[in-house]
Amino acid sequence: MGLQTNTVHSVDQNTSAMYFVHRGAFAALPIVFGYLPIGITYGVLAKQAGLSLTEITLMSVFVFAGAAQFVAVSMMNAGALFVEIVLATFVLNLRHFVMSFSIMNRLRSASLKWKIPISLGLTDETFSVASLYPKEGQKKGGMWFYASMILVSYFAWILGSLAGGLLGEVIPDALSQSMGIALYAMFIALLIPSVRNEWRIGLIAVLSMMLNYIAYKITGNQGWSIVLATILAGASGIWLLPQEEVEE
Amino acid sequence: MIAIIIGMAVVTMIPRFLPAFVVDKWVYPKWVSRWLNAIPYAALGALIFPWITGVIEGKPYIGVIGGLVAAVLAFFKINTIIVVLGAIITVFIFNTVL
Repeated sequence: MGLQTNTVHSVDQNTSAMYFVHRGAFAALPIVFGYLPIGITYGVLAKQAGLSLTEITLMSVFVFAGAAQFVAVSMMNAGALFVEIVLATFVLNLRHFVMSFSIMNRLRSASLKWKIPISLGLTDETFSVASLYPKEGQKKGGMWFYASMILVSYFAWILGSLAGGLLGEVIPDALSQSMGIALYAMFIALLIPSVRNEWRIGLIAVLSMMLNYIAYKITGNQGWSIVLATILAGASGIWLLPQEEVEE
Repeated sequence: MIAIIIGMAVVTMIPRFLPAFVVDKWVYPKWVSRWLNAIPYAALGALIFPWITGVIEGKPYIGVIGGLVAAVLAFFKINTIIVVLGAIITVFIFNTVL
């Protein structure tokens, strides 16, 4: 389906591409609010751990996973081995496999040319925004929405890391601490409208919160608990989600 | 150091892009699709709680209050950016006062 729209109506395609690039960049703004202060904090911590400015920035460019980068830097500080750090990163980012599976299922009619870069840019935040804008995936040129949303978030993350490594704590401590709520507020803002439309979605989310809390108490590992809660609570959707919600 | 960064990048990228190929190759039943469509809501739940209680160290209730303010604003269909700013201001005020 995606291929046909690429070959026909090329002028139309360009105008709608610009439209979706704008919309995507706008949808990324809440992520930018969250990524800048967290990126700065990461940059500062990484510098304290002895990473050079190049290494700080390269890690953000190639890994693009906030939580894992924080864990890696604190493990380096504690003198952890290569294998330990890579393994911890793997476990912590395994949740992106589940998230990518969900979003790729939604975008399955798109070509791999789009799907691969979008999948590589998936973080908790870009995944959440992308999932809550499922309609774009069906629209002509809608892939530009995801691409632009991810790229803006990506640059905010890299820029924040660079600023943290270069300038240190540029945001006052009290403000930077308060900005820690930004991404949670965005997750909530993404979730609530769906709950308003379908209360069962709220049930799935609350179930996941409880499972996550329990799993974290048992495993003591953030990566595993998020993966377990997401898969198990997601399974409740097999019975809870109405069919028409699925078909779009 | 570079080796660690490359190692981290590889183990992060593989789980991210693998599903792009899997959905192309594997035809799965309707209920799997329904499961996958519930994943975003489950993931959002697991990304919010209990971590939101750790926004201000030692004061778990401040994160919760910020989250509740965000939920109320979002319920009244306020723009996401205002929701985020509202939560930041709430946490800032409570953290300075309490």
